[in-house]
Amino acid sequence: MTRTEAGRAAVAPVRAAELLHGMLRIRRFEEKAAELYSLAKIRGFLHLYIGEEAVAVGAFRSLREEDRIVATYREHGHALARGLPMGALMAEMFGKASGCSGGRGGSMHFFDASRRFYGGYAIVGGGLPVAVGLALADAMQGNPVVTACFFGDGAVVEGEFHESMNLAALWKLPLLFLYENNLYAMGTAIERSQAQLDMELRARGYGVPATVADGMDVLAVEAAVREAAEAVRGGDGPHLVELKTYRFRAHSLADPDLYRSKEEVEQWRTTRDPIDLFVARQGIDAETVARLEADVGAELDEAIAFAEAGDWEPVEDLERNVTTT
Amino acid sequence: MTTYREAVRQGMREALEADPRVFLMGEDVGRYGGAFAVSMGLLEEFGPERIRDAPLSESAFVGAGIGAALGGMRPIVEVMTINFSLLALDQIVNNAATLRYMSGGQFSVPLVVRMTVGAGRQLACQHAHSLEVWYAHVPGIKAVAPATVADARGMVLAALDDPDPVFIFENAILYPVEGEIEGDGLPLDRAAVRRTGGDVTLVAYGGSLGKTLEAADTLAGEGVEAEVIDLRSLRPLDLDTLLESLAKTHRIVVVDEGWRTCSLAAEIGMAVTERGFDLLDWPPQRVCSAEVPMPYAKHLEDAAIPSAGRIVAAVREMTV
Repeated sequence: MTRTEAGRAAVAPVRAAELLHGMLRIRRFEEKAAELYSLAKIRGFLHLYIGEEAVAVGAFRSLREEDRIVATYREHGHALARGLPMGALMAEMFGKASGCSGGRGGSMHFFDASRRFYGGYAIVGGGLPVAVGLALADAMQGNPVVTACFFGDGAVVEGEFHESMNLAALWKLPLLFLYENNLYAMGTAIERSQAQLDMELRARGYGVPATVADGMDVLAVEAAVREAAEAVRGGDGPHLVELKTYRFRAHSLADPDLYRSKEEVEQWRTTRDPIDLFVARQGIDAETVARLEADVGAELDEAIAFAEAGDWEPVEDLERNVTTT
Repeated sequence: MTTYREAVRQGMREALEADPRVFLMGEDVGRYGGAFAVSMGLLEEFGPERIRDAPLSESAFVGAGIGAALGGMRPIVEVMTINFSLLALDQIVNNAATLRYMSGGQFSVPLVVRMTVGAGRQLACQHAHSLEVWYAHVPGIKAVAPATVADARGMVLAALDDPDPVFIFENAILYPVEGEIEGDGLPLDRAAVRRTGGDVTLVAYGGSLGKTLEAADTLAGEGVEAEVIDLRSLRPLDLDTLLESLAKTHRIVVVDEGWRTCSLAAEIGMAVTERGFDLLDWPPQRVCSAEVPMPYAKHLEDAAIPSAGRIVAAVREMTV
């Protein structure tokens, strides 16, 4: 079966509902986060994943509990799809002690040791060498574990990407490179930053097998990531999957989005929305969608209540968890 | 008697023998034997998995050390010189130093990074600087500088026992120096009094300790008894030991091979002034490197870095 066929295939209703639920959780979480940002409940930089939901949901369906995850600063979707509690994420963005990073990280730095979520990294490309090391640790300890590292098109032009690809391939490490190509590094289109746009070709230069999947198609993502993850788990060395996607919102809430046309964004929204596409292709009925929306709404209400109720870390604990002087 | 080079190697060997999680990674640490021959022979003893040659990718292999530490290993990463470590600053400052804090205490990075520092071998403008203070500036990491053969071994072992990233700065002029390998068992973060005296406190670390002790001998011939303190740890600083000495001597000179501006010496001068102003009979003084990139020509390099003569001269100024 080709990847496109995988994306078109009908799946069992229960599984379809799960996938849709996963994407709706991210979509509604992000919409609510934007709202709470305008109410100043959330501050700092806020990077929304809206439009890219199929990438996280599809990818995590194909990763295992014991696998290790390294994410980017646009990691709300990754964290939700990985199973981090929505309330802990919301509390983190509120800056509360009950947040998943104790209020030290905020939107860009979600962590959860129990779910092997090694964090959101906000220096573009900075998570890649860490992922190489996690994979090295597993290789040296003989653990049958895959480290999955998300990164975007901005990271591809950082030296750390090239150093990491070379090192992972050289040492045949169990590392899965998940390239979320949303076409823009903040405001810079890939055509304006990458001399070579063909990632399969680039990866081949390092001896890393690569595949490309439609990142707006959750089933295509799931299939491509499963195939690559299992090859990595089987001792085949690193693999790369490029997930072609698009963010519907601006880079962050501080971005006036002047570098791409409204028509372009509209075109993607109306014809490539991963949630709309999935509902249509799978023929999911309105009743099911409404039920899932209600579940997500209730979870979100609970998450906000949890965040609101959380305590602030006492200022006396400012220096906890760091060696100072 | 053991050389400093052999002592570092011995510390690593003991750690590799005692703990299967320990491994050494860096440029030319294996087949070449280490750019400064520190790891010579370890490849034959422990094999290429644990004495791991890395390509010239400082950011990736230092970052991989961080990841491996997160993943349950106890890596020792060797970076050839502190100048090269600048290629890995992102990994060090943004990841190694922040992860425990940023994760709300869920993760820690038990990583040891060793690198050479310092001038004296005519290696010129890109191989011979003393940038230790760049690292000592950063909360979340520990920075130590072994000045003795015993510390060269002991600090490797102590650093591996630490839950946080520890940076070990080895001044390359020390590698052939011989001494006793048995240490005094001081904790990693404590300064050591290497010579007692009641007239002036001389503070030094790493490659400057020998020159400072030499200066103290000269001063003794002139009737001035210097107390010489080996900082050992650059972060955290053991101010208590400095202030205890200052309470006796009331004068302090800091010897620091770093550049004078924003130097570790500047920090120490300020810190002892804040906490020990009443103890001071004279403004704190410092002997640092000249504010120039490290020159190649021998006579210029000698003039650029602290020397016993300059330390003696600084003390004479204070005691007239």
